Amino acid sequence: MDNTLSDEDLKFREEVRSFFARSEPDKAQQLMANPATYKEGAIQWQKQLFKQNWAAPFWPLEHGGAGWTITQAYLYESERVKADAPDVLPFGLKMVGPVIYTYGSEAQKARFLPGILNGDDWWCQGYSEPGAGSDLASLKTRAVREGDDYIVNGSKIWTTYAQHADWIFCLVRTDASGKPQNGISFLLIDMKSPGITVSPIHSINGLHSLNEVHFDNVRVPRENLIGEEGQGWTYAKSLLAHERTAIAKVADSKKRLDKLRALAASELQGGRPMIEDEAFRLRFTTIEIELMALEYMELRVLSALADNRSPGAESSLLKIKGTEIQQALHELAIELAGVYGGVTAGAGDTGHDFGNQARQDFMYGRAATIYGGSNEIQKNIIAKRVLGF
Amino acid sequence: MNFSLSEEQQMLKDSAARFIQQEYSFERRQEDVSNPEGFDPGLWKQLADLGWLAIPFMEENGGFGGDATDLMLLMEQLGAGLVPTPYLATILLFGKLVESGTDGDLRASLLNRLIAGEMQGAVAFMERQSRYALADTTVQAKRSSTGFELNGEKTLVLNGPVADKFIISARTGGGAQDKTGITLFLVDAGTEGLELNELRLMDGQLVANLTLSHVLVPAQHRVGQENRGFELLERVINESLPAVCAEALGLMHHLTETTIEYTRARKQFGVPIGSFQVLQHRMVDMFTACEETRSLLYRTVCSSDNLASPEHRKNLHALKVLTGLRGKRVGNEAIQLHGGMGLTDELDVGHYVKRLMVLNSLFGDADYHQQKLAEISLGM
Repeated sequence: MDNTLSDEDLKFREEVRSFFARSEPDKAQQLMANPATYKEGAIQWQKQLFKQNWAAPFWPLEHGGAGWTITQAYLYESERVKADAPDVLPFGLKMVGPVIYTYGSEAQKARFLPGILNGDDWWCQGYSEPGAGSDLASLKTRAVREGDDYIVNGSKIWTTYAQHADWIFCLVRTDASGKPQNGISFLLIDMKSPGITVSPIHSINGLHSLNEVHFDNVRVPRENLIGEEGQGWTYAKSLLAHERTAIAKVADSKKRLDKLRALAASELQGGRPMIEDEAFRLRFTTIEIELMALEYMELRVLSALADNRSPGAESSLLKIKGTEIQQALHELAIELAGVYGGVTAGAGDTGHDFGNQARQDFMYGRAATIYGGSNEIQKNIIAKRVLGF
Repeated sequence: MNFSLSEEQQMLKDSAARFIQQEYSFERRQEDVSNPEGFDPGLWKQLADLGWLAIPFMEENGGFGGDATDLMLLMEQLGAGLVPTPYLATILLFGKLVESGTDGDLRASLLNRLIAGEMQGAVAFMERQSRYALADTTVQAKRSSTGFELNGEKTLVLNGPVADKFIISARTGGGAQDKTGITLFLVDAGTEGLELNELRLMDGQLVANLTLSHVLVPAQHRVGQENRGFELLERVINESLPAVCAEALGLMHHLTETTIEYTRARKQFGVPIGSFQVLQHRMVDMFTACEETRSLLYRTVCSSDNLASPEHRKNLHALKVLTGLRGKRVGNEAIQLHGGMGLTDELDVGHYVKRLMVLNSLFGDADYHQQKLAEISLGM
């Protein structure tokens, strides 16, 4: 067991650093900070990564991945947050992409993978429904065969950035008899199809990223079905394990912790910086210690992945701890801002303005323990698959 | 970066696990720990024959040249079996101080006997007023015609009642809290003026309070440099911390497993209580606590090749904090989920918990190390 870096690793790190130094991630970040230019910034950034062949480094080489080792992936993430560069959007690259190259036909791979990699196609995820949240298998959006098409009717909810999306990958019911899990299929749907309407859901951070997507007799060609009819649940489950690994966000939390340390050094109370406050020190180091453990928990899971053992219930553990730590950081930040944590104007991380950002992060951050399968559902998964209940 | 074990390490892990599973029942443990020695001397000889006492010593000293990973693998298994041994006191503390603080024939003869399982050692570093502050040392060492004369009291010396030899920290200079001015001395158990008061800790292990009145130590029995004993002692204790936490992890893991088994067998309301979601989630939390501790243990073992680096020091503090906190959580939950049975002396659960509690308080508890970590992370 060791954590030493080889000469190759050091060279790779230099390469990553010089990429971030010349690719102006701050410009993309600025665009993405403004809802009006968010999409433009995100796509611009992904195109730069694509040029470098780093849009989906975790994909297999033959599909456009970079074949990174876990150490390289770890170094990339560390350098990315140091450079304050954006993460890629997960919906295409981390979610539907792997399903298409694993279970899709050759025609589907040729049709969809390039657009996912180069950022031309914006994807969103159609899983949850108004009546199917934690009990996802009870979903009711129906897809009925008619000639060479499916006719889709129903609603999807909590669809992040559906307002920007070109495509949606959906779990739909193709069979209502038998076990609920067995009648689910995985369908790719063009968001421009007649019969689709997107209605916004405004969230408690005051912003709009969530939506409800309605399907009213939407015609979808059968060639957009992934794999076999009725196998959608299996495909989605293998994907959820990957999604949960990505959800831990270790590098981002490390960055937040560093920011908090800096803010606490400048926030005064009675003339003394908050960094000297005993209660603050206890809370800060409690999060720091858990994050130090999480970082190696993630490396252990990634190294299991590299040995071709699929991430199973361990990814549930990463999801639980990762999101708990994110929320603990949000909470400490808004409370460090004091009454300024209630401020609803101003941007940036300096002066009392960081309160506004802290408030938005805290409010939207409540979603972390809910999405991707709520943390309670993750505990059920661990209880069943690891503890054997 | 890699978390895989070498072939030798895998063998060590497997043979230690086999040993615990096949030869070590809880009934035997209860017998062993009530021996006058606090452990089974025959078992100690067996560990010597298996080569396990040689693990942390350098090859040129007749050791195995093992690293933090090897110790972790062994100690986790000893924890899982709740095996009472003086491994920490005799090998990791006394033995390692001998290895780095003595030389020549003295070192060779001491290490040979230690590795062969023929000698017991103990390190006396704690005093009534010191709590976890290692530098807080008041035992006085005055120059005498042939060496030094020691006077004062040491408390709760692990393995003290059985030790053939002690290493004792005493003040040769500086004030009561100074890091400089502490010197370590090698003292035979039978030395005139050295009085032992034997007692047991709640995990059954034997410890001793020492009274030193005019104890004479020859100059050549100084361990390490004069006035520089603190650094040496601190280094050896720090090197033992991952092993201590690995033992704790073994205990935690056993408690989690035995709780899962119990709730699967125990029926109330006509069903196994493990079928209740509220209990399942609590056992998931116990499992998570073990996995967090293991992750931080790996992190610390990985940075062990650079003991002086700030990164490693931070890892050590974090590990001791998390092991303490999660150990308490797992211990308390194990008792709670066993219900009334968890309070019985007959069941192993309480005994595992007591060992965990002793380990938490050893070398600084979670609160102490969290403050040390805060000093590194946030400044003094």
